[in-house]
This record gives sequence, C-alpha cells and structure tokens, in this order.
Amino acid sequence: MSCVDEKIVEETRKILDGYKKEKDNLIPILNDIQVKFGYIPKKSQMEISKYLGIPMAEIFGVITFYSRFSLEPKGKYNISVCLGTACFVKGSQAIFDRLKERLKLEDGQTSADGKFSIDTTRCVGACGIAPVFTVNNEVYGHATVKKLDEVLDKLEKEG
Amino acid sequence: MKTIEELNKIRAEKRIELDLRKNTNADTREKHILVCNGTGCTSSKSPEILENFKRIIEEKGIQNVRVIKTGCFGLCAKGPIVIIRPEDTFYAMVKPEDCEEIIQSHIVEGKVVERLLCKDIDGKKVNRLDDLTFYKKQKRIALKNCGVINPEDIDEYIAFDGYRALARVLVEMSPDEVIDTIDKSGLRGRGGAGFPTGKKWKSTREAKGDKKFVVCNADEGDPGAFMDRSILEGDPHAVLEAMEIAGYSIGAEKGYIYVRAEYPIAVNRLQIAINQAREYGILGENIFGTGFNFDIEIRLGAGAFVCGEETALLESIEGKRGQPRVKPPYPAQSGLWGCPTLINNVETYANIAQIILKGPEWYSSIGTENSKGTKVFALGGNVNNVGLVEVPMGTTLREIVYDIGGGIPNGREFKAAQTGGPSGGCIPKEHLDTPIDYESLKAIGSMMGSGGLIVMDDTKCMVCLAKFYLQFTVSESCGKCTPCRIGTKRMLEILEKLCSGEGTEYDIYRLEKLAVNIQKSSICGLGQSAPNPVISTLKYFREEFRQHAIEKECKAMECKALARIEIDEEKCKACGLCQKNCPVNAIEGEGREKRHINQDKCIKCTTCIRSCPFHAIG
Repeated sequence: MSCVDEKIVEETRKILDGYKKEKDNLIPILNDIQVKFGYIPKKSQMEISKYLGIPMAEIFGVITFYSRFSLEPKGKYNISVCLGTACFVKGSQAIFDRLKERLKLEDGQTSADGKFSIDTTRCVGACGIAPVFTVNNEVYGHATVKKLDEVLDKLEKEG
Repeated sequence: MKTIEELNKIRAEKRIELDLRKNTNADTREKHILVCNGTGCTSSKSPEILENFKRIIEEKGIQNVRVIKTGCFGLCAKGPIVIIRPEDTFYAMVKPEDCEEIIQSHIVEGKVVERLLCKDIDGKKVNRLDDLTFYKKQKRIALKNCGVINPEDIDEYIAFDGYRALARVLVEMSPDEVIDTIDKSGLRGRGGAGFPTGKKWKSTREAKGDKKFVVCNADEGDPGAFMDRSILEGDPHAVLEAMEIAGYSIGAEKGYIYVRAEYPIAVNRLQIAINQAREYGILGENIFGTGFNFDIEIRLGAGAFVCGEETALLESIEGKRGQPRVKPPYPAQSGLWGCPTLINNVETYANIAQIILKGPEWYSSIGTENSKGTKVFALGGNVNNVGLVEVPMGTTLREIVYDIGGGIPNGREFKAAQTGGPSGGCIPKEHLDTPIDYESLKAIGSMMGSGGLIVMDDTKCMVCLAKFYLQFTVSESCGKCTPCRIGTKRMLEILEKLCSGEGTEYDIYRLEKLAVNIQKSSICGLGQSAPNPVISTLKYFREEFRQHAIEKECKAMECKALARIEIDEEKCKACGLCQKNCPVNAIEGEGREKRHINQDKCIKCTTCIRSCPFHAIG
C-alpha cells in the first residue's frame, strides 16, 4: 500500500469511528468522505464495506446514484455553472457553453493537468443575482460570458 | 431543562427587549442593525458586512447598538440588505465599505444615508421596508420570523411566541384535538400535490404500529425554488416545534429532517437549533415534564431530485439508492423501516404552530374556498424584484408579477410564467388573471408545486424551455421504471431535433403521444409529471413548435441553429453598447456608423439583444 493509500485508510477509519455500525449511516458517511477528500476513493469504499457489512457493489450503486458523490478527484479549480431555472432563463447556458469551449472539457470532466474541472449545478440559491457560477465555493453573480472570460484569464495566469 | 413557567418568563423578558423589531414606535434608546445572512445575500458578502459593523461599533465605542444576523428579508434582487430598527430603514445593495458611512451618518448623526435607500417600482426612493410595493400585498405567516429574529438564538424565537403552541398542545390538548384543529384549518401540503394535512395526520395516527416516525421533507430539488431553504435559514425552530406537535399527535418519538447537502447554511442553523432545543429540554425526554419524548435527527440528501418524492426519500434515509416505492402502501401505513410515517414539507410545518395559537378559523379565513392560508413563492427569472414572496391563496399571477415583482425588466413583454418546476407547466399571458390556488392552476395545465415561480419575457423560446426541463428529468430519472427512464430520453431527443432545425410536424405528434403515455404509466410523481412542461407549452405555444418544425425559425433566437441575429438600422442609434458587450467582437462599425453583425463570428449568445437600450437588435 502506498503512503497515500495508508493516509486515506487512516482518515476513513477516523470518520467511521464517529458512526454506529448501522446501514442507514452509509449516506452520511459517504458525505463526510466526499467533503474530506473531494471524492470517494476505492480504499475508503472498502473500509466502509467492512465496517457496515455492506457489499462493495451496493456501495458503488449508492455512490453513482447521487450526483454529489464523485469517484474521481476534482480539479484545483472546480467551476460550476448554475443551470437552475432562474439562471437558465437569464442565459446561463451560454456561459456554460463558453466554459466548455474555452477549457475543452465536457460536463463533469477534469483537465489533464488537474487544474480545472467543470460541471453544472441546480440552484445554489443565489437566484437574486442570477445567472451565477461558482469557482470552488466562491459565487460570481450577475455573470456574463465576458465576466467568465475575465475570471478564467485570471485563474490561468495564477497557475 | 426548562419548565413552561420558565419559558413564559424568557418570553416576557425577551419580548420587551425585542419590541423594537416589530414596533416602529418602540420606547427604547437601543438600535438594532439587522443584516440578512440568507444564502442570496451571503454570496454577495453579507457576512463581511456583519463583521464590519461589529468592528466599527467596537472601535468607536458606540453604546446601545446591536448587530443581528437574520434570515432572508425576501427582496433578494436588492441584496445585501441591511435594516435598522426600530425606525425600519431599509438599505439595499450595501457593500462592506458602506458600513462606516451607515454608522457615522445614521447611527451617530441620525441622518439617513439617502444613496443606499431602495428604489421602488416608480423609481422613487423609499425609506421604510413596509412602504415598498414589494411588501404591500404580501401576508407573512410561514415567513413571519424570517428577517426578524436571529435564527441562531432560541430565546429570540421564544420571544415571538416560540414553543408556546407546543406547550399548549402537550398540556391542554389531546392528539385527536390537535388533528381536528389542523383538519379544520384547511391546511394542505405545500410540497406540491396539496393533500389535506389533517387527513394525512389522521391516517398516520390510525395506522397500526408500535413505532412511528415524523419526517420533514426539506429536499428542495426544484431548480429555482428556495422557499424551504429560506424558512430553515431564517426560522429553523418553527419546523422543529411543528414536528414535535406532529409527533405528539400521531404517537411518534423520533423525527428526521431530510435536507439537501447543497444548503450548508440551512443545515448548520438547523443543527444549532436542535442543539439549543435539546439544551432547553424542549427536545429529548419528558418534555416540559409531561412525559412526552421526542428527538430529531438531520439526514443529508446527496443531490438526487427524485428524493423529493416521499417514498424515494424514505429509501434514502435508510441508506439506499433513492428509488421510489410502488404505492400503496402509502408511508402513513408503511414508511421508514416499514413503520407508519408522517411526511410533510417544510412550509407545511411552518404554518402549524400558528394554526394552534390563533385557531383554525383564523387560518381558514385566509385564502380561497378550497385552498386556505398563504403560499410562499420563489419569484425568479425575468422580473424586477427577484425574491421570496408570501401571498394569500387566490392572489392573481398578475398581482405577483407586476405589483409585487415590479414587472418585466428592460421594457420587455411578459411571455409566460412557469410554476411547479420540472413537474409543472407554463402559464401564458391570457391566464395572468387566474387566482393562484391548487384547483385553478391545475385547470390551466400547471400545478402549485413547491413554489418556484419563474417569469419569462419575450426573448425566451418555449421549445427550448421544454427541452431544458426534459434535460433535467432525463438526468434525474432514477431509472427504476421504463416509461420514465427511456420515454423521457426519447422525448428529449425529439425536442433536440426540433431545436436544431431537423424536426418535422410528425415529431410534434410523436412528442404529444409519448407525453401522454409516460404520464399514464410511470411509477412515481417524477415520471408521471415529467411530460407536463411539454404538454403545457404545446397547449399554449403550439405555433412556436410549428415554426421550429416547418418554417425552421426560432423567433426568440434561442435555438442557435435557427437563429440569425440582426441589427435594425432604423432603430440603431450607434451608441456602441452592443459592441462593448459582445464577447467575440462580432459587431462591426465605428463612431456614428450604424452597427452590423458579422454572422461568421457571431456565436448567438444574445448578449447584444439584452444590452441594446433601443431594442434595435433581434
């Protein structure tokens, strides 16, 4: 086992210690792991499987069902464009199209250098300043294609 | 552990202290600066504003001023919002650097900062919150504490009659009396379908089982809807109190709140509220010494729209994939782990305590014959006052869009409003005067839904909108039943064909047929209602579908394959705004020259259409 794997196992066990061995704790545990690592590593899944007595296949089924869980790490900058109705009506599709075009990525993909990942979200609750996109957790309101370009220029320079 | 007497004492003391929150003539030297910390304002830096106020007050050593973090005031379009009580001065779009001026001018010198006052629809600046047209036609019941109290302080909730309904229920009323009261009030489920709440409680009470559960559905997945979130962020105790009352009525000792993980602020405030209630002994064992036990746990949703469906939500709480169950049996008979379970939506719960305190007659006097009380709407899209509004049932759409919402921005025309999200339908101009209640909305092919209300102007293509909702349903379909899993995908493909100019008239016929079949044969509400956006747009905007299929034209210019954006030379005033805003420099012409669009460069993003002050582009 590599030292990265060891660390994952160790951290996963720490999270598991906070939960009783009951099957209905699966989703709260996965949530904690997603927050901790930014994705759900296979080693974590194995630990959960042993701890709760749930087969790996079933855990995989739950992870892939819920859009919040991801099996791959996200990029350094995760850019999400809100495609909730309020943002959509105000033109967020054009913003997402531009994002895909500039980074040459599709929804849910991460760039080869691990710097950018992009996806769409459904309503971050900032409908008052629609359309919005977020970079990691920072919200950019009243977004335009131009504003997105400016943000991307800045992030590309920052490295 | 608090007794009812101790609770009454907190209420009496706190009420005097907080009188200035609701009474503009309050006899006090204190001032409260209320800063909205709902999600909308938080994303435009309101936490920084809150900190700035606190820091400046401390630095200047100003006495008798408190800075309070509150939930949503409703007028999200003007955020971040700061209100100063008791005088009720309403400051809009405040920036962190404005704090200094507000403190110096308003608090120290007693002069209102004119430049930060909010402009009303007529363009005049308004001093007080209550004078804004936005608030005049509203009636706040579910939102009564939002923007008034600090949601992280249980004492403030108690001051405004919090937990008084629970105390009354536990001491003075039998479970049947409580259910009877709710039944008489005429309250119906606010999550969408409008099932009578009293009946639901009754059948859960009558169901046989040693163990029963109370569940709060806070999985608000409808894109563009944020009513439940605002209630949880602004008044979390109201939901806890109502769940306890429900628990007492049906005979349950355990409750779950299933809330979206995408709502971190709401989750955090709920957890604080639960902890405080436990500390006070209002949650836990032997509540108020009456022998009633009840505890509440939070369960986080993980981003699946279908989990808003009650049986899918139960599966998810049990730790499984959120796939709906076949009904019957209904959750009232067999819910969580097979036990009788009561599921209500956040907004439904937010009405309960007040029905108990003010009586069912009071509640049923508001609204229409079959839809009682008020409804909260998240007003969004192409409307001036984007935000959260609560109106009595029976208010017309016109009143909401024009009087409260302030009309359509940029001088555009109203085209349609969408209610009920991906399960609802479009309401066209000719039905603007329909009173909003469960039956009337159904009659015109839409539904109440959870309360998302999106307004669209004449730049919106209805075929595109139908496609947008189908994209949503396709990605959110859980895959359990075939009509929904495959049928919606086929519908989306047809819509994509139409939008790209490859559709035929026969496609419209196929689309319609498929829609009816999916409606009839899906297992759960998601599938059964998935075709609604298509059916209602076809009903009112059939001509647009025809234009896409036969004339290969999208008049709204949204379908890029069918759009050609041009500048009307007669209307163009050569102001150059379109050129300035164009992201790809596709607009040509200099100085006083009329502008024109280089079609080879144009990406049809429509930014120019929206930026032209003379409506010369289309």
